[in-house]
Amino acid sequence: MVLSPTARWLLRAAAVGVLTFIYVPLAVVLLNSFSASATFAWPPPGLTLRWWQVAASNEGVRTAVLTSVQVALLATVVAVVLGTLASMALVRYEFFGRDAVSLLVVLPIALPGIVTGIALNTLFTGFLGGLTFLTLVIGHATFCIVVVVNNASARLRRMSGTVEEASMDLGATPWTTWRLVTFPALRGALLAGALLAFALSFDEIVVTTFTAGPGLQTLPLWIFQNLFRPNQSPIVNVAAAVLVLVSVLPVYLANRLSGDTAGTTTK
Amino acid sequence: MTTVRTRGTVAPSGRRVAALLHRAPRLRLAGLLAPALLWLVLLYLVPLGLLLATAFFDTDSFTGRITYEFTTENVVDVLTTPAYLLTVARTVGVAVGVTLLCVLLALPLAVYTALVSRRPGLLVALVLTPLWASYLVKVYAWRILLAPEGPLGGASPGYGWFAVIVTLTYLWLPYMVLPLHAGLTSMRGSYLEAAADLGARPWTAFRTVVLPVLAPAVAAGSVFTFSLSLGDYITVQLVGGTGQMLGNLVYQNFSTDLPFAAAVAVLPLIVMAAYLLTIRRTGALDRL
Repeated sequence: MVLSPTARWLLRAAAVGVLTFIYVPLAVVLLNSFSASATFAWPPPGLTLRWWQVAASNEGVRTAVLTSVQVALLATVVAVVLGTLASMALVRYEFFGRDAVSLLVVLPIALPGIVTGIALNTLFTGFLGGLTFLTLVIGHATFCIVVVVNNASARLRRMSGTVEEASMDLGATPWTTWRLVTFPALRGALLAGALLAFALSFDEIVVTTFTAGPGLQTLPLWIFQNLFRPNQSPIVNVAAAVLVLVSVLPVYLANRLSGDTAGTTTK
Repeated sequence: MTTVRTRGTVAPSGRRVAALLHRAPRLRLAGLLAPALLWLVLLYLVPLGLLLATAFFDTDSFTGRITYEFTTENVVDVLTTPAYLLTVARTVGVAVGVTLLCVLLALPLAVYTALVSRRPGLLVALVLTPLWASYLVKVYAWRILLAPEGPLGGASPGYGWFAVIVTLTYLWLPYMVLPLHAGLTSMRGSYLEAAADLGARPWTAFRTVVLPVLAPAVAAGSVFTFSLSLGDYITVQLVGGTGQMLGNLVYQNFSTDLPFAAAVAVLPLIVMAAYLLTIRRTGALDRL
């Protein structure tokens, strides 16, 4: 681009500034989890791994992590199946209402979680007999579909549909075509979508609040409930650091896998 | 089935289905689309409709149970009580502030990543990765940062509306960077060179070439920054001091007076519906 050196320099400075703004808070959370102080103190008086050990043996945290992992795994499976099928329909076919379907897929993450949350809560408690583990999975799967659709659609759009047509013309059934042609090409994008769906579900709190059955605690719910208890603060800090790592690692992997600008919520 | 299957051949009945699917692309389409569509309609649109309907029901003040009789009481209540209207105005104000701040921060960053940087992929990944970090932890991070005894110390503005706007901006910023970057990337190189070759100064080129691409991108990003700010209630609880937004009203009333909570929750929906209809003309919705 035709830009004066000054303009370039200013843009670079602004970019560095914004990236600092993005990363400093996360770094503070990570650093805080190693703080030697039992109460909040800045700067940390010293660094220790002690709270990580305490947190690792904390019953509440362990149960919460386990619940989060189970919910995220199941929600991811549902999202991958539904999202893959939907992306093939959305990319390979022209049909009436296609834009509306695209919008419907995005809506669960574009509208505030609290709206989705109490809407689902109304359905589950009013008509389907109350909240359980399953209702939590359903709630999460609903907003995870979009990331799978976006990752799969991006890949499908770049690969030509003619290979699939050739396969069908040569007599392969839709299943065989999927197994031998489409799936191998989509695999990376699907894995990336699945990782992102997992990350999205693992740290969600708002829809979780309204759809989790009684007694169920995911890691974010545990953090929220212990946030205002001063004596729990070192463990909350560790749990927070874990959430940062668990969500950032899948995104890093997804990026390597898909080769697109993964992490895309939008097309 | 007794037929032995080998790669590429199928049992007779399977072949019939396959042949049918091959001849009827519409049927294939229906099969692909139906699962997700059914899921989203039954488990998303229907509940939203129920929520909308609940807003027009009443609660028995004695038992606290919902009475299924049509009344506009709750909706009228929300829209005429000054205290609630103030909350609506404040919430919309916060959402507008967050959206503007997001544009202000995302624009130079996106211009840099899309048009100047030699490694745009890496930079975009750097911006997007934190998008996936836990929402709760990010708010918690700002609670630490802005604490009176925290890293900013005396320079901290403290908890309050400013803190809410900064924190929400932090949360939704990647949603704005991404469409801006995507829009600007589409004109990397040739467009601007053409403008320059035709004698346009950088500013003219920006105004006549870049801006028309930016407008729908900003609109697409603002759907997220605006909508997600409208419904937030956790950020206000953690860094908002005593402030309240629409989401807090919903959260506080939802277990005791669901129809009222539903009536409040419908407000962000109405605002968003109006907003989506307004920006539809810019073509922004194709970019979501």
